[in-house]
Amino acid sequence: MEEKFAHPELRTPENLVYKRTDLLVDCPLSYCPGCGHGVVHRMLMEVLEEKDIASKTIGVNPVGCSVLAYDFMNIDMLGAAHGRAPALATAIKRLWPDRYVFTYQGDGDLAAIGTAETIHACNRGENFTIIFINNGIYGMTGGQMAPTTLPGMRSSTSPYGRDIDIMGHPLKITELIAQLPGTYYVTRQSVQTPAAVRKTKKALRKAFDLQDEKKGISFVEVVSNCNSGWKMTPVQSNTWMEENMFPAYPLGDIKVNGELVK
Amino acid sequence: MGELRLMKGNEAIAEAAIRAGCDGYFGYPITPQSEVMEYLMVERPYETTGMVVLQAESEVAAINMLYGGAGTGKMVLTSSSSPGVSLMQEGISYMAGAELPALIVNIVRGGPGLGTIQPSQADYFQAVKGGGHGDYHMIVYAPASVQEMADFVQIGFDVAFKYRTPVMILSDGAIGQMMEKVYLADPVPRLTEKEVIARCPWASNGRPMSRQHNIITSLDLDPAGQERLNLVLQEKYRKIEESEVMFETIDCEDADYILVAFGLSARICQKAMNLARQKGIKVGLFRPITLFPFPKKEIHELAKRVKGMLVVEMNAGQMIEDVQLAVGCDIPIKHYGRFGGIIPTPDEVVKALEETIIGG
Ligand SMILES: Cc1ncc(C[n+]2csc(CCOP(=O)(O)OP(=O)(O)O)c2C)c(N)n1
Ligand code: SF4
Ligand SMILES: [Mg+2]
Repeated sequence: MEEKFAHPELRTPENLVYKRTDLLVDCPLSYCPGCGHGVVHRMLMEVLEEKDIASKTIGVNPVGCSVLAYDFMNIDMLGAAHGRAPALATAIKRLWPDRYVFTYQGDGDLAAIGTAETIHACNRGENFTIIFINNGIYGMTGGQMAPTTLPGMRSSTSPYGRDIDIMGHPLKITELIAQLPGTYYVTRQSVQTPAAVRKTKKALRKAFDLQDEKKGISFVEVVSNCNSGWKMTPVQSNTWMEENMFPAYPLGDIKVNGELVK
Repeated sequence: MGELRLMKGNEAIAEAAIRAGCDGYFGYPITPQSEVMEYLMVERPYETTGMVVLQAESEVAAINMLYGGAGTGKMVLTSSSSPGVSLMQEGISYMAGAELPALIVNIVRGGPGLGTIQPSQADYFQAVKGGGHGDYHMIVYAPASVQEMADFVQIGFDVAFKYRTPVMILSDGAIGQMMEKVYLADPVPRLTEKEVIARCPWASNGRPMSRQHNIITSLDLDPAGQERLNLVLQEKYRKIEESEVMFETIDCEDADYILVAFGLSARICQKAMNLARQKGIKVGLFRPITLFPFPKKEIHELAKRVKGMLVVEMNAGQMIEDVQLAVGCDIPIKHYGRFGGIIPTPDEVVKALEETIIGG
């Protein structure tokens, strides 16, 4: 094998603290450096590996920056049309009830064009996991306004900042679907610090564990940065996210065991 | 063995699907096809064969449920009528691009827009020429009886899996709603998960570590790759054109004039043909059964022996374009159509033949 490391001499068993899971394909990701998408991919694949369910898992990825997620995740996947992942996942889980099924969707995908599919899959109480990457913008298409774009936040289609009188309010879809009887576990996490990453992984683990109980949708939102779309450095974007996104989209569990968290 | 029953066309589709071992039906109510799902909900095949039946929140969701199910290798069915099928076009295009087998039934009603709930054939172009975006085709069957509604379910699933392509049954509100005697084949059991995996090694249904992961997609950002996919599709359509053409001829041997019609129009033309023959006009009927692939060669050969053709459709003139392309020689080809849900009478057809072709 060709050596890819600058300092192969450092690669000794006693120095090995972390190893990429084989469930992540060994190839460059299509994400911008600093973007949260890749971190969530890793947590997700680690969860499948630790639970040893990769061969029983079917993933559905969206149209958005993660449109190529099926190339990076070494499991069987389907690429949905923009917004329709929950419809695919509904059929898949009903036709293969003992498979683990998840969708991975952006905010435009899940909360704009796919709002109906999201709400109805949640309300029917389908038994799959929805992973929702909320970066408040349409990353893939070049930084247009998303349903989750904050008031005053600039995007290429709100170049002077989102004016709620003209463009409407941000949609808190996670709070909305938490109200529905078909959701069982709803949580909002982030991946900008090691501690946050660990929490997200725990949430993902719980979401997949719950698929065994067949009590409804497990929904993990990850508030994430889009340093390119926000036109910031990765570090600036994470600071901006903590200062602006988290107050609007507070982190933590929203619904646990089918009960809203007070 | 099998069984004879008196049924509506829509019910025959539903019953035939259960008997064909269909794994899942996903649909949204719309007249004149709601009986398909209503029949399934009464029969509850989920308790007998294990077939999933789900009322989706829209046709958009229904077609994407189909895409999901088909992408895992399962036998899946949806049905709708014109406005609903318009909503499905993006999903159908995705399925054609991702090479997924599925069966889609369109019980056509008059349009455009909300139109009418009465029967029509105005969705011919949409069904046959693509409908959604990109260069693709579905195999399209046009049943002319309740019996064919049932028959094309099994046939449709077979070719869908043979070619990995979406297949459409293009019918209309009259055939969907009318009752006729129908012979139903004995039920075949649904495939087991093992059998599904063996039949569809390409499907994404959980990756054993002994193989690479499967990906269901129509995306290739590299133009060369996307062109390759298109060439694969075009090659598939050529094979389908070579092997899957179906048509019916009635009394064409001695005919001077030919009526060309599909589906319900062909039933009316059969009567018109008899009326014309009583008047001493030698008329035959050519009925395309597959609309894609279109029976081009057969129409071309037939045209050499006759004096003219009247294409009868419940639309403003759609299939006639394919007939004209197929004929390729100098005989009159005219159209007679009624639309908006009006069904032409046999007398009207004979009159049109006399006025536009014989006297024209
Ligand atoms: C039917 C349809 N409409 C529009 C598009 C264009 N489009 C692709 S991705 C996207 C938005 C993606 O944003 P988001 O879901 O937030 O994902 P992100 O890229 O931010 O991760 C849009 C509008 C499309 N592919 N299909
Ligand atoms: S555009 Fe934004 S969301 Fe997309 S990869 Fe780049 S940083 Fe991530
Ligand atoms: Mg986004």
